[in-house]
Amino acid sequence: MIALKDVLALLDGELLTSPTSPEAAFHKVFASDLMSDVLASAEPGALLVTGLANGHVVSTCAVADLSGIVFVQGKRPSAEVVGLAQARALPLIATKMTMFEACSRMAGRLEDGGHVRR
Amino acid sequence: MSAADDVFRQDFPVKGGDFAKAGTAACRIKELLKDLGLDSWTVRRAAIVAYEAEMNVVMYAWEARIDLSVTPGSVRLVVDDRGPGIPDIELAMTEGYTTATAEMRELGFGAGMGLPNIRKNADDFRIESEVGRGTRLDITIRTNGRRTP
Repeated sequence: MIALKDVLALLDGELLTSPTSPEAAFHKVFASDLMSDVLASAEPGALLVTGLANGHVVSTCAVADLSGIVFVQGKRPSAEVVGLAQARALPLIATKMTMFEACSRMAGRLEDGGHVRR
Repeated sequence: MSAADDVFRQDFPVKGGDFAKAGTAACRIKELLKDLGLDSWTVRRAAIVAYEAEMNVVMYAWEARIDLSVTPGSVRLVVDDRGPGIPDIELAMTEGYTTATAEMRELGFGAGMGLPNIRKNADDFRIESEVGRGTRLDITIRTNGRRTP
């Protein structure tokens, strides 16, 4: 389990959506730019780490019950995409770190960051 | 309540090539199933199936209708599209096989996982296709009558 506030601190991240519950936390982290992989393998409640910043990322997370999104490498979604996420109470975080660095920093905080192997 | 009253039905039109609205039908279907009180596992499976099917229509077909019907024991999605059809269904069902364009891949789709992922989330999955006419998916997810309290 990793708390939203810890994700922000570890990734030097910026919360793009309105502050949510200070208790917000994620059981798992899933990193991918392939939305079909997210739909096929990410677990409900997971935090998605991705380099894609279009509206389909938010829709994919909404459909598959993911609980938050980190955009890496300084990618920033449009105001419209932020609005979509806001409406679904899905926190969005932007970081300048690469996907590898972001994942590496969070991996140490998760007892079991990996998902069930397919 | 008669048997007919036990069935909830709704149609959702999907337009091929309309990437901006892609996912709208699946998100609406998810909200409806939640409102009907289905358990979260069933809702998630049905939403993933609907989303993958909707993206396939947007990416490859000209137009389609998603027909949702819900009974106490199942969620059924029939996706009937007018489009180019699939010449080799077995090949299209292979994980990783894709005919996606660069535009589709840039959106995070077209990785050749859509149809296999639909089959994975379905209890019953049928696919028929005719080249030059279109493709029909018939997907059933059993709910065992479970409802959230």
